[in-house]
This record gives sequence, C-alpha cells and structure tokens, in this order.
Amino acid sequence: MPEPFVKTTSRVISIPRSNIDTDQICPARFLKITDKAGLADALFFDWRFTPDGKRREPVSFIDEPHNAARQILLVGDNFGAGSSREHAPWALRAWGIRAILSTSFADIFNGNSLKNALLPIVVTPERYAALVELVAANPDAEWTVDLEAQQVTLPGGDSFAFEIDPFARTMILAGTDEVGYVLSRLPAIETWEAAHPARIDSREGAAAL
Amino acid sequence: MADKPRTLVEKIWDDHVASSDPGAPAILAIDLHLVHEVTSPQAFTGLRERGLKVRKPGQTVATADHSIPTLDPSIPIADELAAKQLRQIEENCREFGIPFHGKGSPTRGIVHVIGPELGLTQPGMTIVCGDSHTATHGAFGALAFGIGTSEIEMVLATQTLLQRKPKTFRVQIDGKLQPGVGAKDIILALIARIGIGGGTGHVIEYTGDAIRALSMEERMTVCNMSIEGGARAGLIAPDETTFAYLKGRKFAPQGAAWDDAVARWRRLPSDEGAVYDRTIVIDGDQLAPMVTYGTNPGMGIPVTGRIPALTDVEPAARDDLERALAYMGLTPGASIAGQKLDVVFIGSCTNGRIEDLRVAASVLGGRHVADGLRVLVVPGSQQVKAQAEREGLDEVFRAAGAEWRESGCSMCIAMNGDQLEPGQYGISTSNRNFQGRQGKGGRTFLASPLTAAASAVTGVVTDPRTLPAPQSPAVEAH
Repeated sequence: MPEPFVKTTSRVISIPRSNIDTDQICPARFLKITDKAGLADALFFDWRFTPDGKRREPVSFIDEPHNAARQILLVGDNFGAGSSREHAPWALRAWGIRAILSTSFADIFNGNSLKNALLPIVVTPERYAALVELVAANPDAEWTVDLEAQQVTLPGGDSFAFEIDPFARTMILAGTDEVGYVLSRLPAIETWEAAHPARIDSREGAAAL
Repeated sequence: MADKPRTLVEKIWDDHVASSDPGAPAILAIDLHLVHEVTSPQAFTGLRERGLKVRKPGQTVATADHSIPTLDPSIPIADELAAKQLRQIEENCREFGIPFHGKGSPTRGIVHVIGPELGLTQPGMTIVCGDSHTATHGAFGALAFGIGTSEIEMVLATQTLLQRKPKTFRVQIDGKLQPGVGAKDIILALIARIGIGGGTGHVIEYTGDAIRALSMEERMTVCNMSIEGGARAGLIAPDETTFAYLKGRKFAPQGAAWDDAVARWRRLPSDEGAVYDRTIVIDGDQLAPMVTYGTNPGMGIPVTGRIPALTDVEPAARDDLERALAYMGLTPGASIAGQKLDVVFIGSCTNGRIEDLRVAASVLGGRHVADGLRVLVVPGSQQVKAQAEREGLDEVFRAAGAEWRESGCSMCIAMNGDQLEPGQYGISTSNRNFQGRQGKGGRTFLASPLTAAASAVTGVVTDPRTLPAPQSPAVEAH
C-alpha cells in the first residue's frame, strides 16, 4: 500500500533531453524480475555503464556526485515514451525521485507514475527553458513541490501552480490506491454486467491446467 | 444522444462506462484482458496480498512470449531469471484459473498475434494488456491499449479500469499504395510526420481508401505502432474484411450469435458528421518504402532518401538528431540505402504474421542471404509457424541461409537471448529503434518485411524495388 505523499523539498537533477523512452529509463533485460527489488540500480543503466559494464567517463547525469539523493527531475519533452513497463516509474522511485517536471509526458508513463505517487508535472516550454537556466545558474538550490497546494516554489520564493488529475491527487495525498475505490463501486459494475453479458469465455476448450 | 453523430471511439466508450462519479475517472468495463509473463508477476502478488481472486478469468487469457527462448523448446532455458518468470506465469494462471497458452501449446505466441488468430479480438470490445503494442487489436475496431502493472492488478481484481475519456485523432490515408509500399511504410511515414509524441492524449482512428484496401494483418501492422506516434490506441472501423477474417475462428460467435454480432458491429463505424479533435490527411500514392536512421521511430525517411543534416531540422530537434547519429555511427547527409548490416530480424507483433512471412519468402525464394549476415526469422505464434511450415516457407528461409525459430518477441525486445551485439547494425521489422532496444549497443534500422528481406539478400539497406531478379536457372537460360 502506498504511503501518503504531500510535498518534497529537494535539489534538482536536470537532464535536458527530449523523448527519453522507458527503454532508457529501465532497459528491458531488467524486466525479468518477478518483484520490484533492485530496480534503483537499473535506472538509466546503459547511459551510466558501457556495454562491457564499466562506468562511463564522464559519469552520466544521476551519477554526478552533486546529484546524489536528489528527488526532483527536470527533463525535456515527451518523457517516458515507448514501452508500458511500470518498471520505469518503479526504478525512478527506487532511486528516490518523487517529482518530474517536463513539457509533456507519454500517456502510459504518466498514468503509471501517478499510481506510484511519482508526480508528473507539466510546464510550458517557456517555463521549462527558464527552469533549465535556473538549475544551471544555481545547481544546489532547493525547490519545493507541494501536491496539496499544487505549487512549485523556487529558490528566492518565486512559485507557480501546476495542474494534476484531481482524482489522482486525492489518492496520493491520502495514500490510498484505486482498487479499493473501484471495489466500493462493485454494485454498479455488477448492474452494468447484468445488462452486458461477456462477449467471450476464454476458458472454452482450454486445456485444464 | 441518438442525435449527435459519434466517432467509433465514442461509441465504444459509451458502451463500456459501467459507472462514473463526478470528478472521478469513469469506471470502464474491460471485455478482454491479455496477460504475459513479464509485466504481470507483481500484479498477481498484489492480488494475493489483497486476498482477491481474478474476478473474470473467462475474460482473461495468458501466454508466454517476451522472455521465452525461440530455440528448440526441448533445450532447457539457460537464463535462470527468465525461467523463473516463465514458471511463475504458469503457476499464477493455475492458481487463479486463467487459460494459459504456454510452452508446448500449439496456440502459444505473441499476445497480439494470438488474440486475433483465436478470434478473441472482436469489434467494439475494450481490450487491455500490460504491453504498449496492445493497440494492434484496434485493427478490428476495438478500443485496445497498453497498461502498466498497477492497472493489470486493477483489471484482474475488478475487470474494469479507471479512465479519462481520450481525445480523438483522425488519420486519413487517401489514394492507393504504390508497388513495394505497404502497411509498415504507412505507419513509419505517419510517425515521421507527427513525431513520437504527436498522438499523446489521443486515440487515432485510421480512415481513407488506402486503409480500407489493407488486409486485416496489414491493418494490425498500422494500429500496432500507434504508440510509437504517442497514441495509446489506434483503431480502424470494422467492415467486410474484418468480418471475413473473424468468421469461423475459435472464439468468434457462431450461428445466430454471429449474425447478431455482425449486425451490432455494423453500427460501430463513426457517424457521418462525427467530430474529431484533430485530423490529418496523407496521400497514400506519394508514400515510399520507409527506413529509420535514428534512435526513435519518428526518425524515418524514404529508403531513397538521405540521412538529415543538422541544418535540415528545427533547432529544437538538433540535439536529438546529433545524439542519435552519434549512437548510430551514421554520417549526416549520407544515403540510407547502402548502409552496411550485420543482422536482419523478421518477426514481432508488428510484422510476424503469415502474410509478413510470405512477403519475406517471396524475396528470399531462389536467393541467398549476403555473406556474413545473420538473418533471423521468428514467427509471431506457433500457429503462424505451423502455417508457414505447411506452405514450405521454413524451407525457403533455411535454403536462403536464414534461421527459422519458435515464436516469440525475440529480438524486438532482446530479453530472451536473441539480440544484437554492441555496435552491430540490424534491419528489423519490429517497432522500436531506441538505444539498446535490440541489445546493448545495438543499432537498429526499422523497415517493412519486404525491405528487410531485400536487404538480407544484399547485406546493406536496400530499396526492395531495385533488387535484381534472382540468379535462377530460368534466368540463366536466356
């Protein structure tokens, strides 16, 4: 069960690249697990290590010493493109990331992130450009991402509001998950099902296991 | 509601909203849930932790495709993690009563190949799977999309999903495709035009004469890669081609139920005057065989074209292009045709069906693959494999010097031992050319089965329309 999440104050990791796909965030060979263990090590693995396993020189973004323990990511457009693997947000969360700011997120990644209390925060291209400059000018300043107030506060006190799905916001703030909510609506679902018989029975003729 | 013209997507949506609270996403009923070994284990664990059963096992189907080897199935699986994952899907299906098309089953295969071939995929359905290429099933006029593992758990537990209504995007492909141009070229050309985030937030409906003229398998190729254009789903209104494909398949309705179903399906196509949030029109006559040169599927050009120079693209895209070409080891401005290859991969949920294999065999028949080239032909399912063998295609591939394998995702995702080595160049009929997608350090050109097979003969990226006739005895007699 998820823990409630309200806000975080952290320094920021800036990765000024667009179209970062989930194969980069968590390469497919790390998808052979049957639990969620060890995924922090898989994060951006092939950016961090050469094919023969040596750490790249210079080190990649998240391995830069000053980026250790940072919880906010600032990334280019269309973050999380491609594969639907939830291992991508799991790996980001396992690393310690709680909020990602970008000009857009791929749909499936966006949904998967919200289900893991990882906040995808959309900013305008102008704001994004200003934020990248801000991190470059002041790399060790802390920002605050406040889900309850739907507000990001920058060093010096400037702040801006962000939009987020109100239902997901409620779930994350309360630390509840959606299965319980839907199960509470089971009578309505059963009423619908009574009027809409299943179109297939996949068990027909299936070999007994 | 009867008065307002609706799109296909809106009709399916309206048919499946089981409940909705103000401010909350709709609770959307799911007709069919497809499950595979890689994205489901943690969902079953979650179900156990909650003490829940699979609510509708009869609307759930599982297979093993991603991490399963494509070698002779009697060879033990060398990768212990993959072996454990494959054992786990089998155990999960047994425990929760889900029909499992697993190792040794004649109906095993890539989840997006077996759904249609078994007749499980039907018009008007909502279909989900923990795999982004679930959009494939949209070819039948179903609303089909990929989901994450939390959502898999939700569907297992409730047979519903919480969803916000998507926006609609009509992609109209007019005209008639030229010889040598196929479904894969349509979708690669579209993604090159709209970009890999171009369809974000939308469901694509493909329309137009060039789409209507496609077979069901070709339509699946188009819908399959909707996600590479950012659209979670892409679909095509059902028509006589759809009904003819489905009739008589194992899970398709029979007898009077068939007639009722067809009558229902005929009401699905978008109404005249229905409004889309966005529309683009592409002239199908103008399309050419497409090949990607970069590290996302939007980086595609006609096979006759040149790799872009940095000055050819918008300033904002230069950084992406420069990094992509550095990874690919390609020269800006060079011709894409003639680029050297190490490996050819023919298969995947995009292009691993029988028609794809027939096209490849039509090129490789009477020819041999280029010296030093590795050519891997992987059927999309065991049924596709059996059909190909009945037609003698396996012999064509072997005689040409290609490897003929068991079915699976194979080198599309490189989880099962089939992969490019660092630095190798592969031309692939799959769907993603992301860095490392087909193996650490591997470099991918995406193309159609026709272009891939022609390139297998020459050993370089080749325009299939320029391939000389095979050196057969009949030709030599002239």
